[in-house]
Amino acid sequence: MGDLPQLLVSGIAAGAVYALAALGFTLLWQAAGVINFAQGEFVMLPTFAILIAIKAGASLWLAFLIACALAMLVLGVGFKRVVVDPLVRFGVIPLVIATMGLSIGLKNGTKAGYSALAFPVPSAFPSGQLAFGGVSFSYADLGTLLLAGIIVVGLQSFLNRTVTGRAMQAVAQNTDAARVLGIDVQRMVLYTFLINAVLATVAALLIAPSYLAKFDMGDSIGQKAFFAAIIGGFNQTRGALLGGVLIGVLENIVGFYISPAYKEGVALLLFLAVILFRPEGLLGKAEERKV
Amino acid sequence: MRTLIRIAAFLSSIVLAQPLLAQNTPVKIFGLVELSGTGATSGTNFNDGIKLAVKEINAAGGILGRKIDYTSNDTQSQPQVSKALAVKAIDDGAYVVMGPVFSGSILVSMVETRRAGVPNFTGGEAAAITQQGNPYIFRTSFTQSTAMPKVARYLKDTVHAKTVAVIWVNNDFGKGGRDVFVKAIEAEGIKLAADISTDPGQLDFSGAVLKAKEANADALFAYSNEEESARVLRELRKQGYPKPVVGETTLTGQKVIELAGDAANGAVAHVGLTADAPDPGIQAFAAKFQKEYNYKPDHNGLKGYTAMYIVKAVTEKVGKFDQKAFADAMHGIKLSVKQYPGILMDVSFDNNGDLDRESFMTKVVNGKQEIIATLPALSAGK
Repeated sequence: MGDLPQLLVSGIAAGAVYALAALGFTLLWQAAGVINFAQGEFVMLPTFAILIAIKAGASLWLAFLIACALAMLVLGVGFKRVVVDPLVRFGVIPLVIATMGLSIGLKNGTKAGYSALAFPVPSAFPSGQLAFGGVSFSYADLGTLLLAGIIVVGLQSFLNRTVTGRAMQAVAQNTDAARVLGIDVQRMVLYTFLINAVLATVAALLIAPSYLAKFDMGDSIGQKAFFAAIIGGFNQTRGALLGGVLIGVLENIVGFYISPAYKEGVALLLFLAVILFRPEGLLGKAEERKV
Repeated sequence: MRTLIRIAAFLSSIVLAQPLLAQNTPVKIFGLVELSGTGATSGTNFNDGIKLAVKEINAAGGILGRKIDYTSNDTQSQPQVSKALAVKAIDDGAYVVMGPVFSGSILVSMVETRRAGVPNFTGGEAAAITQQGNPYIFRTSFTQSTAMPKVARYLKDTVHAKTVAVIWVNNDFGKGGRDVFVKAIEAEGIKLAADISTDPGQLDFSGAVLKAKEANADALFAYSNEEESARVLRELRKQGYPKPVVGETTLTGQKVIELAGDAANGAVAHVGLTADAPDPGIQAFAAKFQKEYNYKPDHNGLKGYTAMYIVKAVTEKVGKFDQKAFADAMHGIKLSVKQYPGILMDVSFDNNGDLDRESFMTKVVNGKQEIIATLPALSAGK
């Protein structure tokens, strides 16, 4: 049992990255009714942006800022204007299919335009461990937890304590009512897309050092983010956080106490259990949709 | 009647001219290579090695006066795609098939090349590949049955390990290697402390490394494909794994070093081929490869390059483009660098298609692979 604290910290760190991507999932769903199946590729693309910027001579943090700006432009504004806006009036299904197509397109575009090979990405945190009470925690895990924690707390504060954040929540809860109240709905939706792009870039910064930059690296994180969002509750941002962390911790526990070979199945099992017994998610609220 | 005679004469002239025409047409060689998917690193290296050799051979006049027409096809690292591409290569008139590199893929695709009687060179190392009585399969690197006893001996004599933990990838390459390795260490009196299976293409190795740490063995044997090996090394460094990390072939490969960065330092592995070998021919090859493709080749680049030169050497020995005669000649052949410089190292093949030559123990020091020992060919003492 001496390994349990290390397992938990490492699992929460991995889960925090899933949670960041899952958070984007739920935000887009709430604000614009978009289920983005290209969310994994939204993490992959900034990874390559970081990589290219570093190769051009930028430091890691400058490369991250450049990637954030590019992601906001391409995966935020571009995604909304080119893919979502023209299709949103046709309902959820066309958008789901469009994002699936986008996922395939982005993967193959990266493969053809850059390479099918993997590339190393430097870590934002120093190597080494912090020993604490006979247990050692890696700086990478602690740094990931810290940065993801700051992002999540910052985002929650923004959503709950600022006028813009509350306006965004109002749009998410009832678009028509928000419009009647004079809220610029389109602008709020755009902000959500921009936040999603930044969350994906932070996830890229945190996960790329261990995943390596590769055109298909988004498959796994996209899938886990989707599972995390469903497990936690698709209509709750807190649910995405819980889902992500739950997957990360359980993967580590199963990987350690049973076998690493079964690790990848944890998210799927959890997802199936939730779909069967609590389809609204662990923290989600059952909602009826207009037909 | 005269018209009929003219037509008959015309057709006869075409038939009679076929051998002469064939003399000038390029000889078709197909590569079934992992250009995408989990084996992209291995396949790209292997393919680039072949292409470099083809370029040189064609510039020097080809094989027996015929240029090589080399076509590479992407298997996507999938066995079923490899099999389909093997059929296509045969239909398109392949003289020889190169690849795939992945053991799981060659085990499936070689059924087709065997059926068609097309010689097939593979980068795969799983022991099972050459244990099926296929007279058309030939390796470009050691079988695991040859390599693993050398690793076990190193663990016993140099590391003085009494217990070893193993992290291996659960595909044909990894499972085959793990099985042979476990037998080899048991023969040396070393105990298996932890047996940790991981998935091909796995991204997160935190659980596997934690398990290895908990086993507290004297050393860790890490056996996986390139990208996964790099991720394992990164995780080992992240978690501060304190014991020696030993591998075979992939662990200290150039691409792994590049991907793992500082985390690769200290890793030791037995390798059959390395661009860092203290040999002028290999170093000249590495320089040419670097110039042509702008990256340093790993062992797979050497496998592809040397395999193509072996095709040239053996075809010239046979004196004609005859696939059956080629395969027969390969069994028991010994080729020397003096006579065939392109093969880079003296090599011999046995009746199963397994090869034998010198090999190296390597260690990563300051991000570079260093040779710490040169091991003689098994047949050297015979």
